[in-house]
Amino acid sequence: MRRHLVLRVITKLLMPFILLFALYVQFHGDFGPGGGFQAGVIFGAGFILYALVYGVGNARRVAPDSVIRVFIAAGLLLYVGVGFAGLILGGKFLDYNVLAHDPVHGQHLGILLVEFGVGTTVAATMITIFFTFAGRGRDGS
Amino acid sequence: MAIGILRLHNLFAVVMLSGIYSLISAGLFVTMDAVDVAFTEAAVGGGISTVLMLGTLALTTDREKTPLANLQIVPLFVVCITGAALIYGTLDMPSYGDPQAPIHQHVADRYIAEAPSATSVPNIVTAVLASYRGYDTMGELTVIFTAGIGVMLLLGAGTRRRKD
Repeated sequence: MRRHLVLRVITKLLMPFILLFALYVQFHGDFGPGGGFQAGVIFGAGFILYALVYGVGNARRVAPDSVIRVFIAAGLLLYVGVGFAGLILGGKFLDYNVLAHDPVHGQHLGILLVEFGVGTTVAATMITIFFTFAGRGRDGS
Repeated sequence: MAIGILRLHNLFAVVMLSGIYSLISAGLFVTMDAVDVAFTEAAVGGGISTVLMLGTLALTTDREKTPLANLQIVPLFVVCITGAALIYGTLDMPSYGDPQAPIHQHVADRYIAEAPSATSVPNIVTAVLASYRGYDTMGELTVIFTAGIGVMLLLGAGTRRRKD
């Protein structure tokens, strides 16, 4: 994709906005439409766009496989960790009421953390799936 | 559009048509006030899966193999019966937006009444997904996790072995 000047410039212009919008969807999911899943997909789509235009090799340098793999597990661990935190603090599994002094604040905090876990795992998984699919043709035959 | 997808042999056009179909269904969800679902459908159905299908086409081929020429009676029969049963099932369904529908008689009222005050999260969809249905969402996240691991094992390991 050396010659597509317009595509490359526009991609560079759009990238920060895509990632910012993903974060907005992530943390504004409590108030408007959206949430962890959608935010993760948008965040992953930003990286996929970069990989499409600049090549998977360059995108892999931005998001190395080892880091992405850690994120896949970290999101799920955060979710389950919040569940066990409720258990340790004297509630039931995934009971957010005990996370803060006030049950309502606890609920809010729990939902925020859990959604962040969802977003992390979804984004990392989308990026991994695309990289493995797109990188295969190049390494193989 | 579905008939078009069936008739076409150029898989590139099929992928594009299914992407457009996803986008149209996202618009449909918006008109039905299901903004969260529309968001997901537009991002996943219209965006990611189209790109993934194109990636798969790049790995394989973009032409469909010529199908069997003669008419297959038994599959046609099974498809017709199933379709008729599904349409018959929709006859019993309550009309859209009916407040007396069974789904609104169970826990929906309680969620709508107490979710904003109990969780301080104005978006009820988020509150139900993350708090009331926390176990379900955890299961979904595990499914996505497993899918990522599976793709890594199936496709990633193969290329590494070839390099050795």
